[in-house]
Amino acid sequence: MTSDPRQYFNFAEGTENLPLDCGSSLGPVTLAYETWGRLNAGQSNAILVLHAFSGDSHVASHDEADLQTNGPGWWETMVGPGKGIDTDKYFVICSNILGSCSGSTGPASINPETGQPYGLDFPMVTIADMVRAQKVLIDHLGISRLYAVTGGSVGGMQVLQWCISYPEMVQAAIPLATTMRHSALCIAFNEVARQAIMTDPKWLQGEYREDDAPELGLAVARMIGHITYLSDEAMHQKFGRRLQEREDLSFRFESDFQVESYLNYQGAKFVHRFDANSLLYITKAADYFDLNEEENAAINRLENVSVKFLVISFTSDWLYPTYQSRELVQALKRNGCDVSFCEIQADCGHDAFLLPDQRLTTLISGFLDGVKKE
Amino acid sequence: MNETSNNAMRFDLQVISSWIEPGSRVLDLGCGHGDLLYSLQQEKQVQGVGFEADEEKAAFCISRGLSVLHENFNEDVLHYPRNHFDYCVLSQTLQQVYDPDKLILKLLDIGSKIIVSFPNFSHWRVRLQLLLTGVAPKNEHLPYEWYNTPNIRVITIKDFKKFIRTINATILKEVALSSRKHERFGRVIQLLPDWRATYGIFLLEAGKSGS
Repeated sequence: MTSDPRQYFNFAEGTENLPLDCGSSLGPVTLAYETWGRLNAGQSNAILVLHAFSGDSHVASHDEADLQTNGPGWWETMVGPGKGIDTDKYFVICSNILGSCSGSTGPASINPETGQPYGLDFPMVTIADMVRAQKVLIDHLGISRLYAVTGGSVGGMQVLQWCISYPEMVQAAIPLATTMRHSALCIAFNEVARQAIMTDPKWLQGEYREDDAPELGLAVARMIGHITYLSDEAMHQKFGRRLQEREDLSFRFESDFQVESYLNYQGAKFVHRFDANSLLYITKAADYFDLNEEENAAINRLENVSVKFLVISFTSDWLYPTYQSRELVQALKRNGCDVSFCEIQADCGHDAFLLPDQRLTTLISGFLDGVKKE
Repeated sequence: MNETSNNAMRFDLQVISSWIEPGSRVLDLGCGHGDLLYSLQQEKQVQGVGFEADEEKAAFCISRGLSVLHENFNEDVLHYPRNHFDYCVLSQTLQQVYDPDKLILKLLDIGSKIIVSFPNFSHWRVRLQLLLTGVAPKNEHLPYEWYNTPNIRVITIKDFKKFIRTINATILKEVALSSRKHERFGRVIQLLPDWRATYGIFLLEAGKSGS
């Protein structure tokens, strides 16, 4: 395997642009994606994994060399041979979302009209637009029906959108730690993150150079995000009030506490792999996502679809609390869908879906086995 | 007397299963590890939905391929259209429900028929224990202390039949059982069921017969 495990699918070239919800269109489009396992002869064992807002296509490492070069994937504990999503059985696909910056087209890509990065000329994309692009990739791979779609957080929104946009292409769906719509709380956190970037003097209305990006703003945005992914309990256990490499308080504005040092580190690390404008676009897409609008709720388009759902939430997730998953379950039930639901006891907050958990693994692998029986 | 041990399923569940028509839609409230739903799905091609409040049990059900919701059920979460189910099953669950009357009325609305089983609190051993020892009865079927029992409702076969007379429902079938050995074996009680049955099972439908 080469050092880059990604493959690149280019489409919407020439006259056929990808239509977008905002009324505009986009082309050409590149989606970076990775696959694991083998597609069977009937093309019936494909599982599409959908990543969260800052994720990428690297769900799991492909082999030892890849693990050394590119590190473990973001769902290394769940996806692989003999794991919960068993790549000996299933053909797993994950693509970087439209608007992101890990190989797929986003605001940092070159605008063919100007020869410069799009910046804010990049059209506003929605969760449904991301899914529309993924559908072109799945068609290209010759798969007419996905065995399952799964993902957590913003990935879970894409799972739900897949079922709404292309119900006939989805056999089973596992949305984890997600919601039908952002609460005011979520929108508020996202807005603070965006403001951190847009008030950074280096942001320049999005026209910053790659080597002179609004790194301070982006780092603060990431720190805010990290707080929402943890929980009071998790922070208490992980950091408490312990001091960072010192015996006493500094009585200065240095990082006294471990939690401060941790957030600073996470922020600083993030700026090396993520684009500030991508964060603006993707958080906006997540805020706009709403399957439960007063009039004409999109979730009701799922009436009597044949998709088998497994909704999973986590007790300490305060970003997308369990009550929001229950609302989703109620809506699915009301529409006559086949739905299972489990709230997993976990004290590590929203991030719980990414952490090793035997119950989660058994639940997902058993559910996937059960889909096949039909 | 039909003593049976043909599989590991609880005896009252075997009886309930025998009452359910193949291919029907079944709701099982408090489905535990899903033994009834699993057997109905395998043997009678039933479309089943379960509710289970315990995470470990709900996860077990889902991982064996059943459609199960990890929820504390009450009449508020049962958002289903009228007569959505052919059968709603409450097997050994009614005694743990806070508002049994509201729940049964709700089930008569969302299900064509409902099947209820519960431990009979008027069994002669229970009566005797209370009479002679003066402490809350404990036995194989009711193994808890008064302070930790999930069985917050004390029901007898007579009580239940009296209750059904007061609501708009009809008993289509009833059977009194005596079960033993971890409830896997059992027999039907014909004589003095109020005294001798450890469990009662009822098949109900909405409306009064003949009306």
